[in-house]
Amino acid sequence: MELTFKDVNYIYSPGTPFEYRALENFSMHVPSGSFAAVIGHTGSGKSTLIQHINGLLQPTEGTVQVGGFVIEAGKKNKHLRDLREKTGIVFQYPEHQLFEETVEKDIAFGPKNFGVEEAEIEQRVADALEAVQLSEEMKDKSPFDLSGGQMRRVAIAGVLAMKPEVLVLDEPTAGLDPRGQKEMMEMFYRLHEQEGLTTVLVTHSMEDALTYADSVVIMNEGKKFMEGEPLEVFKQKEQLRDVQLDVPEVLAFLEKVENRLGVAIDYRKQSLAELAKDLTSELGRGDGHE
Amino acid sequence: MNNSMIIGQYVPGHSLIHRLDPRTKILIIFFFVITVFFANSVWSYAILTAFAIGTALATRVPLSFVAKGLKPVWFLIIFTFLLHLFVSRQGDILFTVLGFPFYEESLIQGATLSLRFFLLILFTSLLTLTTSPIEITDAIESLLHPLKRIKFPVHELALMMSISLRFIPTLMQEAEKISKAQASRGVDFRTGSIKDRMSAIIPLLIPLFVSAFKRAEELAMAMEARGYQGGEGRTKIRELVFYKKDYSAFLFFLLVIAATIGTRM
Repeated sequence: MELTFKDVNYIYSPGTPFEYRALENFSMHVPSGSFAAVIGHTGSGKSTLIQHINGLLQPTEGTVQVGGFVIEAGKKNKHLRDLREKTGIVFQYPEHQLFEETVEKDIAFGPKNFGVEEAEIEQRVADALEAVQLSEEMKDKSPFDLSGGQMRRVAIAGVLAMKPEVLVLDEPTAGLDPRGQKEMMEMFYRLHEQEGLTTVLVTHSMEDALTYADSVVIMNEGKKFMEGEPLEVFKQKEQLRDVQLDVPEVLAFLEKVENRLGVAIDYRKQSLAELAKDLTSELGRGDGHE
Repeated sequence: MNNSMIIGQYVPGHSLIHRLDPRTKILIIFFFVITVFFANSVWSYAILTAFAIGTALATRVPLSFVAKGLKPVWFLIIFTFLLHLFVSRQGDILFTVLGFPFYEESLIQGATLSLRFFLLILFTSLLTLTTSPIEITDAIESLLHPLKRIKFPVHELALMMSISLRFIPTLMQEAEKISKAQASRGVDFRTGSIKDRMSAIIPLLIPLFVSAFKRAEELAMAMEARGYQGGEGRTKIRELVFYKKDYSAFLFFLLVIAATIGTRM
């Protein structure tokens, strides 16, 4: 499902002394099946943005369109339930939403609410457990007996079991160790590819955005600050610095190497290690010519 | 996220009333409440009303906020007045409307009772409008201090109060976050039968309790790690000190009391 924001404004507590404009004339388009990253500092409006995707918040002005669902400012929306079934949101620290006695029941909670049949639910629970790489035996344990990382996977499985077509991830790797972060992001990317999901990732990590996203939106004070392909956006160092964001490490490294050694290396989403290899071969070839 | 949430109705400010020692404010209010019941003449009521309204103006809190605080009790005030007007029949008949007699004494009683109500609530609400909950807790601890002699756990009580006040906004944010997460998983908190809605609360309450217990444990651990051992020998970061302005306030208030008593009939 494609996702479109058109001139969306959102104001918290309008008409009170605490009035606060969290989104200002925000427009964005995420084509069906693509992976978009949203980057910005705390308070830049990211959380407000994602809550519009499944109608938790409704725009003060403007429209939000998710597939066939249209949420318009000032109109009653009757199809929120169907919309919520199609959009899975993995909130920050999703493990805080666990509540059932067993892992299985917790994962089944979403599909049950949307009226999925028993037999189908069982299948979905098994699939979801597999998708988040937890073993089948886990399902009878209490989610509160698991480790933090496992709890998060169970919570994510609970969202995946709804079989969403749009997956929204709000800093899904916060609080994990570096290895856990990498595994988690690879898992999401695999799901994105396999299921043909439309994915929106909210993150602080420029590296993750560069590695996984097809497009990047940079937010600042409720407004869209920059937008485009990750590589293009991240090349604009000065502009990024204006909103206190850094260029991804890999790109910064690459630029330094190119300036120092006078070689040009094509960036194709390599990791730092792969880049080092490319560099040695490039340098080796240079030596050969001399 | 809207972080400017306020507890109660405290409106930050720098007026004289804001800067008074919270104990001063609590004591003055305490004795004001008593004095209101001594008033019985037009003059004594006039003095108290002038004092209360003058203080309200001195807080420089927008009057709309003060009025908002009084909103739930307007009904009570008006109801008291009407009840007296229609139900009690004392004194001479003042006038008759559509065959219904209005008595002089009832009118006066209704008016004074409503005025008392109004004064009490206006004046006490000034405390919460100009004093942060933490200041109030500190003041209560300090004022109750003498009760320590009879083994009343004053410090523990004050600590419990300030901890719960501190965590109200945190828990509210947490509740909002969890309810949004569960709403995204298809829970409907707003529609459905009472039974449905009751069971919709469970996925909200359990995570909330879990996190509250976790927080309590972490807080206890952090306090212990920093050497907390209860109130014995503990110094304070916010020392309460009576300044000149507090003494002036007491003195002025004494004059008000004296004038009220003096104009009694």
